[in-house]
This record gives sequence, C-alpha cells and structure tokens, in this order.
Amino acid sequence: MSKLSQKHLLGIKDITREDIELIFETADNFKEVINRPIKKVPSLRDVTIANVFFENSTRTRLSFELAQKRLSADVVNFSASNSSVKKGETLLDTVNNILAMKVDMIVMRHASPGAAHYLSKHINANIVNAGDGTHEHPTQALLDAFSIREKLGSVSGKKVAIIGDILHSRVALSNIFALKKLGAKVMVCGPPTLLPKFIGQLGVEVEFDVHKALQWCDVANVLRIQLERQHIKYFPSLREYSLYYGITKKILDSLKKPIVIMHPGPINRGVELSSDAADSSHSIILDQVENGVAVRMAVLYLLAGATS
Amino acid sequence: MQKKLILDSDLLDLTISRLCQQLIENHNDFSETVIIGMQPRGIYVAEILHKKLEKDTKKEIPFGYLDATFYRDDFRRRDTPIKASETRIDFIIEGKKVVLVDDVLFTGRSIRAAMDSMIAFGRPTTVELVVLIDRKYNRELPIAADYVGKTVNTLASQRVLVELEAQGHKQNKIWLINKD
Repeated sequence: MSKLSQKHLLGIKDITREDIELIFETADNFKEVINRPIKKVPSLRDVTIANVFFENSTRTRLSFELAQKRLSADVVNFSASNSSVKKGETLLDTVNNILAMKVDMIVMRHASPGAAHYLSKHINANIVNAGDGTHEHPTQALLDAFSIREKLGSVSGKKVAIIGDILHSRVALSNIFALKKLGAKVMVCGPPTLLPKFIGQLGVEVEFDVHKALQWCDVANVLRIQLERQHIKYFPSLREYSLYYGITKKILDSLKKPIVIMHPGPINRGVELSSDAADSSHSIILDQVENGVAVRMAVLYLLAGATS
Repeated sequence: MQKKLILDSDLLDLTISRLCQQLIENHNDFSETVIIGMQPRGIYVAEILHKKLEKDTKKEIPFGYLDATFYRDDFRRRDTPIKASETRIDFIIEGKKVVLVDDVLFTGRSIRAAMDSMIAFGRPTTVELVVLIDRKYNRELPIAADYVGKTVNTLASQRVLVELEAQGHKQNKIWLINKD
C-alpha cells in the first residue's frame, strides 16, 4: 500500500522524505507510460481537475494539463486575466464557485505566498500548489530532484548549487527543502542583493563567486532573473549580471569535472546561461520538462487515489 | 490462522511441466508467441515457465512484464492507491499470440485490467491466460483461464499464499490460509 502523508501538495516543507520517494517510484512508472505509443491510462477517468492560474505560466500549466489528460481526468482551465477576478471576486468565492460545479482537485498558481495554504483551510478538494508568489513551487522541485536522481543515480550525497535570483525564487526554496530532505548538499550562489539575508539558516552554503560554486558542485541549477518581480534595481545592468554570473560553455569546459546544468525555464539566453551552455551535453533542461509530466502524473495519481 | 498446503515443491515441478507441455501442443514452434507475466507476483511463475519453455523448445521466446495498476477499476474505491510496478515489454504484441501468466486467478478483475493495458502495446491475435492456481467460485467477471495448474475451491474469507524460491523463499510452497 502506498499513500502520501498529506491530502494536498502545498509545499515540499510539509511532506516527508518517504512521500518524495513514493512520488519518484510512481513517476518512474508514469515515465514508462508516456513513452508508449498510446500514452494514456484510465486511472483518473472519474476525476475533474481545475487549473486555476492567477499568474502567467506556459510550461507548468501545459505540463499539468498533459499530466491530467494522460491520466484521463476531465480538465477545466481558468486564468485570472479573463475572469471575474477582474470584477472584484475574492479568491475563496472564485474557487468555491468552481467547486460547486463538482470539481475534485484544484491546481493553483497565485502571486501571494501562502495562497494555497489559505485555500486548503477553507475548502474540501485536494489542492496542488503550482507556485505561490516567492514561496514554494513543489512540483518543480520534485521534477528537478527526480531529474538529478535519473542522471546521477541518486540525490543523496550530491552537491547541488542553485545559482541566480534566490530572493524572488519559489523554485529555489522548494529545491532547498527537497534536496535537503533527500540528503544532498546545497549551495546558493548569486549577487548579495539577490540572496535572502538569513538563507544560511536553512542549512545551505552561501557563495558569491559563481566560479567557486561551479567548481564545488555536481549539479548547477541555474535560475532566471525574475525582472517582473524586481521593482527596485538589485544589480546595475543585465549585461553586468551576465558578465559576473552568466554561465558559458567556456567556463564549463574549464572545470575539473563535468557538471550537470539544469534550468527551470524560461531561459534568458545570454543572461544567466549562454546558448552554447544551455544546448551543450551538460544540460538536462529538456529532460526536466519530460520528467515534469511524469512527476505531476504521480502527484495527481497519489493525491486522487487516497480517499480516506 | 490455519494453513493448508496445496502444492509442494515436487508437485509444483510436475504442474509446471504439464503446463509447458500443454502450451507446446498449442503453440508449436512459438514463432508468433510472446509470454507476459503479470506484476507483481505473476512474473515469478512466468519466469519459471519461460525458462523451461525456452529450454524444451530451444527457441528464444519474447518475454515481458505487465503492470495493470493504472487500469484497475478499484482506484478511488479503496483507502490507499496500490503501488505500481515496472512494465517492461520491449517488443510489439501487434499480431502476436500473447500468453498472459499470473499466479492466482480470483475475481478476474486484474486480468480485465491487464487486457485493457495491453492495448497500449498493440492488438494481439489471441490472448490466452495461464494461472498456477484457479480459485473457483470467486469470479466477479466472465473470465476463465486457458491453462490451470490447480483448481481449488475457496471461500472469499480464505487466501492463497504463493511462496516461490525465486521470491526469496526457502522452498516452493503454495498454501491455503483461513483469514480469521
């Protein structure tokens, strides 16, 4: 028997190492399924899922929708930009209206940290957090760790450097929780203005020199500079950022050992990652995307299947 | 808890030999036949059968594992989802004669799920079912095995326990257990 310890997936902080391992083992099986000629299984045929996106997303939303369709769930999509949210409806009212149409699960992205937690306290359906502000993005962290496990055999004992805009990144926080739970060593690296002040208290190493970070790590998870969240200047210019923190093939070739390059997308080519590095054999960026569907199928399957 | 031995090691060997002979009679040279073991426990019986058939016929017979967890009809009808196992079918079953192998045939529901999941790998010409133990009177669907190791009359309150050396047990033994 196999069951997650939680009814919702709100953040990696709330789940256990055993939960993560169960999700990975289930995702292994779904990865085999999505590589079959017929990529669909009927497990969730009596489940309706609403993807409620209050913030823009291409990859995550598409990945969730594909995962849901390959599990045979019925899917409805909602995006705030063309909805009654613009007319002043509250989050709870919006979601309760969707649930009144007999929806079983909610996948939600919201700009406010804690939005998914708030929702879970007030409604009955399973909730999957697809990103809440600068807080958590649990499925991204799961697929990142799953991709490391696939590429290097395991996550435990591996050195992972998370490089870039840590301050605004929900991917960074969820990754730190997931990697630490799985026994990896984690380092964060970026300009001092883009590192949260007390990040060291999460048990991660802090490095300001990207060359030293790359020399240290087995895996570099490179994050995007989130200009849309930066209302003040955190560094002088993109050109300067790219000069000091941009990762190029030349830097990768100069390292003592080959490292794995990851990126949660969308890439700003030429800023945090040069084209030749993003497209090199070091990169597993497209594997991450493929694994995203399998991992999300596993999460939805395990949450929907636990009825008690 | 009462335990009754249904098959011991010697009898199991005889049963396996008989099942192989029956399969050979119907499949001639096995050129169009593939063997698929059902996860999680049918794969051990399937492996024993496959090994013996390859030895007896001196032919290579394609062999795979099938997991039907995602096709089960009791998903969301039990407290926790069943853990899935690996599916490994590295060949195409389109136009082939599939021999599906499981350890125990009980309600027939996992066989229904297996037949459903097989469609993802092509349309076989025929599908036959081999089971080591057929639990009579417990079927919930119109499903029957083509080759049966041993038929036993059981109550729903009983359980058949298959212990095989391949699963790490000391001896091959098959038990009927009363669940009290």
